[in-house]
Amino acid sequence: MIVTGKGGVGKTTVAVALGMRAAAEGKRTIVCEVAAQENTSRMFDHAQVGFHEVEMEENLWSISIDPDESMREYVLLQLKVRAMRDLLFRSRIFNYLAAATPGLKELVTIGKIWELAQLDRKVKSGRKYDLVIVDAPATGHGVGFLQTPRTFASIARVGPIHSQAQTLDRFITDHENTGTAIVALPEEMPVNETAALEKDLRDEVGVAVDRVYLNGLYPERFSTEEAERLAVLAEGEEGSTRAAARAAISEHSRARSQRAQLARLRRRVEAPVRSLPFLFEPELGREGARTLSKRLG
Amino acid sequence: MANVGEILEGKEICICAGSGGVGKTTTSAAIATGMAMRGLKVCVLTIDPAKRLADSLGLEELGNEARRVDPALFEKQGIEMEGELWAMMLDAKATFDELIARQAPDEESRDRVLNNRIYQQISSALAGSQEYMAMEKLFELHSEGSYDLLVLDTPPTRNALDFLDAPKRLTQFIEGKSLRVFMKPTGFAARVAGRGANVALSVLKRIVGFDLIADLAEFFNAFSGMVEGFQARAKRVNKLLADRRTCFLVVCGPQGEPIDEAVYFHRKLVEAKLPFGGVIVNKVHYPAEQLRGADPEDLPVALATKLDDEDLAARVVENFSDYQALAERDAHNIAHLAAELRTSGVIRVPYMDEDVHDLTGLVEINRYLFASSEERVEMAAGRA
Repeated sequence: MIVTGKGGVGKTTVAVALGMRAAAEGKRTIVCEVAAQENTSRMFDHAQVGFHEVEMEENLWSISIDPDESMREYVLLQLKVRAMRDLLFRSRIFNYLAAATPGLKELVTIGKIWELAQLDRKVKSGRKYDLVIVDAPATGHGVGFLQTPRTFASIARVGPIHSQAQTLDRFITDHENTGTAIVALPEEMPVNETAALEKDLRDEVGVAVDRVYLNGLYPERFSTEEAERLAVLAEGEEGSTRAAARAAISEHSRARSQRAQLARLRRRVEAPVRSLPFLFEPELGREGARTLSKRLG
Repeated sequence: MANVGEILEGKEICICAGSGGVGKTTTSAAIATGMAMRGLKVCVLTIDPAKRLADSLGLEELGNEARRVDPALFEKQGIEMEGELWAMMLDAKATFDELIARQAPDEESRDRVLNNRIYQQISSALAGSQEYMAMEKLFELHSEGSYDLLVLDTPPTRNALDFLDAPKRLTQFIEGKSLRVFMKPTGFAARVAGRGANVALSVLKRIVGFDLIADLAEFFNAFSGMVEGFQARAKRVNKLLADRRTCFLVVCGPQGEPIDEAVYFHRKLVEAKLPFGGVIVNKVHYPAEQLRGADPEDLPVALATKLDDEDLAARVVENFSDYQALAERDAHNIAHLAAELRTSGVIRVPYMDEDVHDLTGLVEINRYLFASSEERVEMAAGRA
């Protein structure tokens, strides 16, 4: 399951929430980060995990996929002769080529995601996972990221990379086993961008879009009639009474405009839309994600 | 403390930087609008292909050419546009192609590069090329001198650091020392051609596939005549970025993560000796008690009496306390930000009741960006 969407919409929270729900159902699950931000481990108040599969909770693991480490691991799996590997890693040309080849970092990152998803793990004594969740890069970079295998397959027309890239492309576009979830916010532009992203994911990448999560939806605490009464009250008041009434009016106005955006989103995307509540917490941590995990539907 | 107008006094370039999802595009558009209202000829450049800027400025679409925003649109808002507002969306690939055409010694070298598959990948897909081309376009527009001020909305990188590093990485790729390894007659290209069976290279071939390497060699050969031109240009671009006519504004949100990123990004700017101008925090929940004297303890009773509705009063109180918690978090995070940056000049834009996505919203944000800090508190008090 690849969790995607633009920056700042709560992809990590949703990815972790999805992981928690799967883990609670008894599925062995791993949440993969690809941008070395360690957001997942921070949510669990855990030490940085790096390029290691670390258990956060029962059935829930986390890894931060580093492209250099992925590259190293890939080469180690390809080359059995130690002397040859050492020679390769010391070689300036190799290091330069690895750093310079466009898309190679993305390719080996997706390669590692693929490896994690295999029941017959390539890595020695690798754990078998029932579900691999990817906290994908922000939109824009996200579509390009998922397209890397296909692009690569066409650049390297023959050779091992060509066939590996084809395998990865089939892995991403396998609607039976691989899907995406888009995380959106209830605002005008993010809704437009989500509709565009869904189209790109379906038509250009060819990946299945299973669900759209509308994150941060305000509760409807007040009816319009109540908001009007509060507006009258705020006019004649001072101090905290007025401030509290104004805060309620703001909330009502935001909640309403968000409902309108939710309706727009439902009209504009094909995938089913599920809304997730705004949580009035200073920082969304582990418990925030757990609350959301029960609302994922 | 300063507002955006004062910070940008005498500046010719304003670069808005920050992580994704913090309202950078909207902020860039509002800054450009505000400066144009004050009589300058301003161009705002975005790299976001998501049509945000075009939508918010009432333009059908934006291309690699600047387009002027119709002053009549501002008149409708009751605003007299003393200067001119222009906008463009940067097409990284087209800009890269133009650059190649300018740098190539002859048509044949130009076409060899433009037709090379590695180049086509780099120019359109490689992370970093957008950032590099944004700088390039900025440099070009600045050299032409047709605008008083250029405002750049930087690409939404997940990690703010990428934005500073990417152009360097890309130039290194195109020009750097490692390239010479490939260029030497006895070096890489020759080996690919078959002379000298280096073990590392044969291993590489096994992993990567031969024709990718051949394409790379071809790419580097085609580029060989342009390396120095690129180096010289990159130097001038870097010089312009560090110039005192340039100003970096850091844009962030009030939550912990974007604040941390802003602190980190500020540090990187200082380390790179780039001119930091100020920081703008969007979507701030202003605390109510800072605005008016508060008596929160009596609030539930007072509200219930005045509304004659205990249930509604309870919901109003609950909502108010949720809102106050967010306001406290924001105040705490912003204090941390101000301390880390050793500045009192944090410009706070409040979280608006309405979603900001059009000219009306831009004008509203604009009022906060260009207000003095006292005015900002007053305006927020009027809202809260």
